[in-house]
Amino acid sequence: MTMHMISANHATAAAAALAARANRSGRGFCSGVYPITPQTECIERLCAEQIPKGSVVRVESEHSAMAVCMGGALSGARTFTASSSNGLAYMAENVFAAGFYRLPIVMMAVNRTLGPPWNIWVDHGDTLMLRDSGWIQFYCEDNQEVHDTTLLAFRLAEDEEVLLPVMVCQDAFVLSHTMTMTDIPDQEAVDRFLPELRLPHRLTDTPRVVGGLDFPHQTEVHRKQHLDAMGRVPGVYARIQDEFERCFGRRPPDPVVPYRMEDADLVLVSMGTTASTVRTAVDEARARGVKAGALRLRMFRPLPERAIREHLAGRKRVAILDRDSCPGLGGIVWGELRGLAAPGAVVQNYLIGLGGGDIRPEHVRGVLDDLASRDESGEPHFMEAGA
Amino acid sequence: MSEPILGGVVHTDADRSEPLLRAGNTNCGGCGMSIALNMISRAVAERRVQIVIPACCGIVTAGPFPASAYGAPVVASTFAAAAAVATGLARVTHANNEDIRVLCFAGDGGTYDIGLAAVSAAAERNEDILFLCYDNEIYGNTGGQRSSATPFGATTTTTPTGKHVAKKDILGIMAAHRIPYAASVSMAHPEDMMRKLQRALDVRGFRFLHILSPCPTGWKSEPSEGVQLVRWAVQSGIYPVLEVVDGSLWTVNVEPDFSEDALESFLGHQGRFAGMTVTVAEVRRSVLRSWDALRARCGPPTAPAESNGVGAD
Repeated sequence: MTMHMISANHATAAAAALAARANRSGRGFCSGVYPITPQTECIERLCAEQIPKGSVVRVESEHSAMAVCMGGALSGARTFTASSSNGLAYMAENVFAAGFYRLPIVMMAVNRTLGPPWNIWVDHGDTLMLRDSGWIQFYCEDNQEVHDTTLLAFRLAEDEEVLLPVMVCQDAFVLSHTMTMTDIPDQEAVDRFLPELRLPHRLTDTPRVVGGLDFPHQTEVHRKQHLDAMGRVPGVYARIQDEFERCFGRRPPDPVVPYRMEDADLVLVSMGTTASTVRTAVDEARARGVKAGALRLRMFRPLPERAIREHLAGRKRVAILDRDSCPGLGGIVWGELRGLAAPGAVVQNYLIGLGGGDIRPEHVRGVLDDLASRDESGEPHFMEAGA
Repeated sequence: MSEPILGGVVHTDADRSEPLLRAGNTNCGGCGMSIALNMISRAVAERRVQIVIPACCGIVTAGPFPASAYGAPVVASTFAAAAAVATGLARVTHANNEDIRVLCFAGDGGTYDIGLAAVSAAAERNEDILFLCYDNEIYGNTGGQRSSATPFGATTTTTPTGKHVAKKDILGIMAAHRIPYAASVSMAHPEDMMRKLQRALDVRGFRFLHILSPCPTGWKSEPSEGVQLVRWAVQSGIYPVLEVVDGSLWTVNVEPDFSEDALESFLGHQGRFAGMTVTVAEVRRSVLRSWDALRARCGPPTAPAESNGVGAD
């Protein structure tokens, strides 16, 4: 292992290349790539990598980028791509197809605001749009986590109990373009961690149709299989955490990451890099004698419902910080989590840092003050953090 | 082989042991796609193939899970993505030194329209794919809407008074990519079609075959007349049968006679032209205009009229 001063974009590409080479004794690696800010540096770096038995296809659209991955995966190769924002929207049809085909494709998604109007800064609305696509979703907090999560994503996606695509999400610029010291493992360690991909439904010479026509009952069965596979993810993930730690000496975070929750009355729930600022704000609040705590939602699909319920048991006031917006509802994360708090708890939604508005500790302190003053939840609260 | 109904459709000892299109499929009677698949099957013979079929009649042909009317492995892709999915398959089979032909079998919608960007990109990258477009000049699977392959004058459910613009020149578009091989084939000229299928299967890189495919349901024509309609289309010049090597060497394989009889028979035997508001003379002018452009690329006619083009290479 060696430390490198690199961005999360490059840390992702380094992980993808290591994983790609680890399948050289299997059926190799295949990737369709297409540029979009702020993800482009990732695929540029991937195009510069030497990958035995590997193809990085420079396609004409995100839709085709995912299609190349689907074809490559159906032929048994390890597959990876990256995208962001409107690119993900354009790719969406094939994102769903990859999920329904049950292909272990890994995609890094840089969270960026959907346009128009055009805005390249962070917002989680793009990947949350794909929450029902049948993909596993992780939201990362720092570059090391992006790198490690990309590596383990292959292991998780390709596990025979899972066989689902995995999306590794990171915040635009805050991570994608910010260089930090990142520990990149050597190839031998990755070879030990990532066995050859053996896709049970890969195309051979047997005449059959992959992804053909279903009657309703067959679709019901296929959907149930998909749901069941998602249901097995938490157990498989826990095992992979252990094996990752054994191979690389550090443990990937749990699906839900608690901070100073022991006796917290006020709980702040967030995703991605917002959680770092939240921790600072929690420390400040604690210094003032306020019993604040935080949860970071790292795994969004499958939603770690039981862990969230356990962490929120007995908490009277919960703030859900959404860096996204769902017109007609409020925040997407809030919509999903509001039923998981203790009965009678105040679960208040805050839309904060939309379009990349800088979320500073004083903004989070404002959230805490507002939450502390509430005896019941109200309409989703819109915070102009960027103003 | 004389008539494709014998030379192409009937399965004989000369054919692939596992036909590409198995018996018991649900294609309409007289479907040109069925004839095309049987001829492709004969040409493929015992070669290993994997086929990508986008959302279209061709994937309905396969039947519902877990059955398949196809005697080869098939990926049912999203509508626009056949050429890109095939790219992934071709790259990985190559990397693993497998001698597998990756075929795309797409309709005109998945080629001319929604699939064009992916087809163009795969052609530009010269992916090792044989792309077969069975062109029934209509969105047949959705009940007969116009596509950019619908010919001048034809009525469809979305052009009730007839289409007022000409059909897209798909072969010209593909040739402009300077791919190793692009050709149009006629199922009324099975020897020429079989020769081109063989060549397209053996050439490496991106190959494109255009197959005019009668659709009795959409064309409102007699199921038994499909091959004859294609013959009239070739004779009248409506459907040029040609091949283009490396984007530069253009050859007309079957010379039309441009007879009014052929044109009027082609139009008159299809209900889709009955309600058109353009005149036969306008259709004829449109055909001759397209041939002016074609002659500029191919040079003047050299082969005698009605040659089947055998031995052109």
